[in-house]
Amino acid sequence: MNPEQILFILFGAVALIGAIAVISFRHPIYSALSLIVTFFAQAGLFVLLGAHFVAAAQVIVYAGAIMVLFLFVIMLLNLGTLSVKGMMSGKLKGLAIILGILFAAEGIYIAVNALNDTAVASAEPTTAAVTTTTYDIGELLFSKYLLPFEVTSLILLAALIGVIVLVKREGQEEN
Amino acid sequence: MALEYYLVLSALLFTTGVIGVLIRRNAIIIFMCIELMLNAANLAFVAISRSLGEATGQVFVFFVMTVAAAEVAIGLAIIVSVFKHQQTINVDEVNSLKG
Repeated sequence: MNPEQILFILFGAVALIGAIAVISFRHPIYSALSLIVTFFAQAGLFVLLGAHFVAAAQVIVYAGAIMVLFLFVIMLLNLGTLSVKGMMSGKLKGLAIILGILFAAEGIYIAVNALNDTAVASAEPTTAAVTTTTYDIGELLFSKYLLPFEVTSLILLAALIGVIVLVKREGQEEN
Repeated sequence: MALEYYLVLSALLFTTGVIGVLIRRNAIIIFMCIELMLNAANLAFVAISRSLGEATGQVFVFFVMTVAAAEVAIGLAIIVSVFKHQQTINVDEVNSLKG
């Protein structure tokens, strides 16, 4: 096994175990911390794929900003003392897991087989040294994908205004 | 590593997120599972971008990240205000739309 395979198995296993821990822990704080572990493992996978800038953004945006927001809300609501019934009842849970396994099988089938005869499959497997630099991404982002990039800023503006409206209305009702 | 391994891992992570949304009743954990699914999609994007040898997939990852950030901000604000009204975030008990 070459180092890339070993690292893939390591990061992949950590990501999967973290993901399963997210849905099995009863306490939301533990779930959030497991999710951070998964995000870091995925950042490692991105580095393996030569996407260094995406890996950095993953750590900064997801593991940094988004998870801090999650932890802040969990602690703000003080859910630790609240007895939230964590899972749904037995029969439905079994059905959900069976459906999930079927879904996974379908996904794996698609990943392995359905890419035949497409542009992705016919592309030459790239050599190990291919990395995408920040320059490449920036150039694409500000030329070919300029309009989607600007629309993205509108999404952020809408989210900003939405959050302010939600929180403000709440405050006035309390007064 | 071949593309298939990354896609299979992505499918497994996505499925974990789906199962989480189905079996958990805590709204915050359901949100985390949605993040898991978005991340699995990101992994597939980057893997295919690498396989094609161009950066387009990674550009889309940034769009996904932006949408995820906006979604989390709005979603958590909604959860906070639901909690203030109903003192619970169990999605089975949050049923005021039923009247």
